[in-house]
Amino acid sequence: METLITILTGVLVSVATYLILSRSLIRVVLGTAVLSHAAHLLIMTMGGLKTGGVPILGGEDGEAYVDALPQALILTSIVISFAVTAMSLVLAYRTYQATGTDKLNEMRGIKHE
Amino acid sequence: MNNLLVMPMAIPVLAGILLIFLRPYVKAQRWISFFVMIANIGISIYLLNWIQTDGVQRLDFGGWQPPFGILFVADSFSVILVLTTSIVTAICLLYAFSSVEKSYENMFFYSFVNFLVAGVNGSFLTGDLFNLYVCFEVMLLASYVLIALGGRKVQLRESMKYLVINILSSWFFLIAIAYLYGTLGTLNMAHLSERIAESGQTPLLTVISIVFLTVFALKSGLLLYFWLPGSYSVPATAVSALFGALLTKVGIYVMIRTFTLLFYHEQQITHLLIGILAGLTLIGGSIGAIAYKDIRQIVAYNVIIAVGFILVGLAVATPEALEGSIYYLMHDMIVKALLFLLAGTMIIVTGETRIDYMSGLIRNYPLFGWIFFIVMLSLAGVPPLSGFIGKVLVGQGAVNSGSYILLALAFISSIFVLYSLLRVFLNCFWGETIISEEDEIPMKKGWLIPCVLLTAGTVILGLAAEPLAIYVQDAANTLMNPQIYIDAVLND
Repeated sequence: METLITILTGVLVSVATYLILSRSLIRVVLGTAVLSHAAHLLIMTMGGLKTGGVPILGGEDGEAYVDALPQALILTSIVISFAVTAMSLVLAYRTYQATGTDKLNEMRGIKHE
Repeated sequence: MNNLLVMPMAIPVLAGILLIFLRPYVKAQRWISFFVMIANIGISIYLLNWIQTDGVQRLDFGGWQPPFGILFVADSFSVILVLTTSIVTAICLLYAFSSVEKSYENMFFYSFVNFLVAGVNGSFLTGDLFNLYVCFEVMLLASYVLIALGGRKVQLRESMKYLVINILSSWFFLIAIAYLYGTLGTLNMAHLSERIAESGQTPLLTVISIVFLTVFALKSGLLLYFWLPGSYSVPATAVSALFGALLTKVGIYVMIRTFTLLFYHEQQITHLLIGILAGLTLIGGSIGAIAYKDIRQIVAYNVIIAVGFILVGLAVATPEALEGSIYYLMHDMIVKALLFLLAGTMIIVTGETRIDYMSGLIRNYPLFGWIFFIVMLSLAGVPPLSGFIGKVLVGQGAVNSGSYILLALAFISSIFVLYSLLRVFLNCFWGETIISEEDEIPMKKGWLIPCVLLTAGTVILGLAAEPLAIYVQDAANTLMNPQIYIDAVLND
């Protein structure tokens, strides 16, 4: 199971890298979103997958519990990446409005005022 | 255990939220944010003295004992930086009152300054690695907004770059945290330190430490500074002063913290790497500082040189060198804010950004010109001013540990700093006046007073090195002996 998820993480990272290296602003933003998902999967894998029951106190004695901390970390990190993605979408749209292009190579000419 | 510890982060967060509802009342917004910073100054002075008598303090949130809960830890090093942050932000806010346009102030400018400060103070005080990541993100989200505020084309382009770079470095941060958690099963910094000391720093941990180094190098501009000059030169003056004073310093703080508390066992690998990076940063920054004629670029490259210099102190890692780094960190926060304010004011009064288009400003604005002269001396490290003591101590540390190459690079870079600013001084302040008396834009009191206050700050920091020494020595002592920190957190 861990191996599969790790491979999936790798696939996500390579997709994200491809998107970030492209010229279109919106693709770069999507790339960063995919990248953060890859990180979340990695954190979950690092905590160990399917090693025990639900982490609730008062269950059966002697039962192995899943480590709950990575899930708390991912939850926090998902909220943050949601905020960052929203911010970057707004910024990308404003940049498109102001410069009239979403191609990164066409923005190079803008001089420092 | 005292709730006062969380106040430097909690007060700005609450004030920032409150200010969102006070949007039409600009005056109220200004003074509330100013008084928040004053309150923070008071709290951090109180904390600093308290730490001297009672040792390192901690606050466990929700009563969860470490290592299970999240906690804030205040030692001298972090509280000194919180204090400097509050002072510098208060003064930058004073400058913002008379320089930032009304349209900015209506668009939640002060809220985001408060959020930025909350993130910065949180990063200084936290004792948990994941909480550090969260505080970093609070700080970065506020900085994304502040850098794009105004919406000029060039601002939007630079903020897009800044955003993508920082998302990438945050991603590396998450990855590094995941690996560290997978290897050691904890994220509490004191607990991590203890476990690394128990198991020895295995090659795997050293690799993880280098991932952390990459992250913090990106954040602080250690060699990976390619994003810095562009993004620090586009926002409003008060904002770029805050960025120049605070943002890279957070990266430096975290780097010093992790490589003295967690990964200090394999110094011949990690600290050597930091030394090489610091040396290359000094070279690159020096070349950049003399290569450009745009004053904003010159000032931004001066930030980079300082990053290299402070981390020379970490690379040699002797007690004197760390003391020197702490002194220099305080000095640099004050002086870089001042330098950015001066450069911004020069651009406002002349309407030019290139130094060869400005001339003779000292005739129009004598006091302003002399302030620039004092800053230049302070950055070069001339004795009564604040740069001197840091440079001497870092130099002494480098001599004691025999790192002569770093020593040479650090002091040659000071000459480059002096040269780059002297060039600005000669070009812009001496020579024929280009602004006739009729066209002269009057120097507002609101521009001059913050500059005078910061200049007084650099003079006082230089003269008061002796009374400050107890705090700085305590800070360096805690950094050199991780056991003090661990005992305060885990064995209390």
